[in-house]
Amino acid sequence: MTDIKAQSDVLPGLDPRAPLLQVNDLHVEFRTRDGVAKAVNGASFWLNPGETLAILGESGCGKSVTAQAIMGILDTPPAHISRGEVRYRGVDLLKLRETERRRVRANKIAMIFQDALSALNPVYTVGFQLAELFRAHRGMSRADARRRAIELLDQVRIPAAKARISDYPHQFSGGMRQRVMIAMALALDPEVLIADEPTTALDVTVQAQIMGLLAELQQQRNMGLILITHDMGVVADVADRISVMYAGRVVEEAPVYDIYARPGHPYTRALLESIPRLDLKGQPLTAIRGLPPALTDIPAGCAFHPRCGYAKEPCRQDPAPPAYAIAPRRTARCHFFREVLGE
Amino acid sequence: MFRYIVRRLLQMILTFFGATFVVFALMFANQDDPIQALAGEKPVSDSLREALTERYHLDEGLLGQYWYYMTNLLTGDLGESISGRDISALLESSWPVTVQLSFMALVLAAGLALAAGVWSAIRRGGIFDNGVLAFTLLLLALPIVVLAPVAQWIFGMELGWFPATASRNASFYALLLPAIVLATTVVATQLRVTRTSVVENLRADYVRTARAKGLAPRRIIWVHVLRNSLIPFITLIGVDLGVLMSGALVTEEVFNIPGVGSKLAQGIRTEDGPMVVGFVSVLVIVFLVMNLVVDLLYAALDPRIRYE
Repeated sequence: MTDIKAQSDVLPGLDPRAPLLQVNDLHVEFRTRDGVAKAVNGASFWLNPGETLAILGESGCGKSVTAQAIMGILDTPPAHISRGEVRYRGVDLLKLRETERRRVRANKIAMIFQDALSALNPVYTVGFQLAELFRAHRGMSRADARRRAIELLDQVRIPAAKARISDYPHQFSGGMRQRVMIAMALALDPEVLIADEPTTALDVTVQAQIMGLLAELQQQRNMGLILITHDMGVVADVADRISVMYAGRVVEEAPVYDIYARPGHPYTRALLESIPRLDLKGQPLTAIRGLPPALTDIPAGCAFHPRCGYAKEPCRQDPAPPAYAIAPRRTARCHFFREVLGE
Repeated sequence: MFRYIVRRLLQMILTFFGATFVVFALMFANQDDPIQALAGEKPVSDSLREALTERYHLDEGLLGQYWYYMTNLLTGDLGESISGRDISALLESSWPVTVQLSFMALVLAAGLALAAGVWSAIRRGGIFDNGVLAFTLLLLALPIVVLAPVAQWIFGMELGWFPATASRNASFYALLLPAIVLATTVVATQLRVTRTSVVENLRADYVRTARAKGLAPRRIIWVHVLRNSLIPFITLIGVDLGVLMSGALVTEEVFNIPGVGSKLAQGIRTEDGPMVVGFVSVLVIVFLVMNLVVDLLYAALDPRIRYE
């Protein structure tokens, strides 16, 4: 096994005062036989310690691809990061060698996935899969690694951790499996946790428990959390800031309260209007008309213009709208943000 | 786990009786007059006919004969061949070399299939992968009845790299060429199955997790992917044992190896009913036991089966 033991702090150019995580102008494309699918087209956002950033968007808007690009676990080919930077404490991860990159994964930036059953290896015990992290990254002995694994299961409140350590993933319930995933992600005390739709596969009560657990662990560790979701309800409860993605671009970024109170992009507005509301009981739900564009054929100008009620001539022409600073700490990529805000 | 084993054992018993009954019926019930066949061209006297009928329970019908045969077989008595030799003794003297040959073939095939299968799955679409594809297609297209004599002629006689025949106490080296030939009957499918299975597992979500855990690619392949990929591979090994048995028949004939296969071939050629049925019955038992072992291995590899 390649030795990637506890030398994870010796990344070249690491600056502890630099921002925790910064993604600048990230472009990811999938080069397939049917053409180039542009999954991410200039995504930019940042994350501070202890902060929760929600990345919100429909299926296929590039949320998960962005997350996997940050982790460096995209399948290449067909995926290629064609432009952009992912800076962790000042170090551009995209320029690191693969062996250095591996030290960042799980040690500094960890990730949990939507479907914990398929994300865990079915033929190994959860104890093995947890202990493996300590053995590969910290060079711990089998016994020490096992003890740490039991501690971790305790921390994510799996009852009878000592006994359950030798169980296989299929012997756990959905919620318990996601707890195992969380334990695995937090094993090496990362500074950033990316949660890719962590509760989508779970029922509502379990969802709340898992989100509560995540929030609590985040607070204890002062960890930055990127929460990828399409569930506006989940976002409202836990996020500090929201980045709304559409067709591979961040179309609006704002503190969570501002976005719910006064969306600055027509797409955000449409998303909010499509949430079922108690005071509108019995009336048809508002849906966003049309479909998200095919990533091989993204419309010129603002990608949202074919579905947008505010669209006018400039929206249909390149270049796409820039990120207008519409308020302090708020940006929106819409030429007519004033209209949308209702000013 | 216990219930799993019991269930498999019960299935085994049914299969055993089914398979031996079919072989028995084919060999015995199809003969017009077994006593005349036994005597050959010579006329058979009435008293001898009566004695033989009594001895072989020929008046009992197929089911009755099968019953007598089975009670003898299960008490370890395989009877005598038509030429009057003790079948148990024949089997005893011929099985070691066959086991050695089959084991060598299986290890060669499995080793090559796993190594080349994993490598072409990792480098799929590359030169190696395509070369291996062409090679396996060639092997699949070449039946062993062609390959065995051709290999013997080229490598045994023309080039003289290997001995052209092997004896009962053959060395590892003397059995190497026959073992390679025998391995070709199973290596191609094993390789394709390994490759497909590894490719499939490389795309699995748990591989993405393993990468997100910062594990080295080598560990991901050999620890995480391989164990999952071995599940279909092990299943295939169970089927391949049957292929190896029929392949051993041809290989032993061609390379003149005095094993179970060549004895069985002899029995078939001389229409020696008792010998063929005796040998096949034992082979059926071997096949069933090996398949039980395979199933247990399968359960050891995949916990989802163990706890069913």
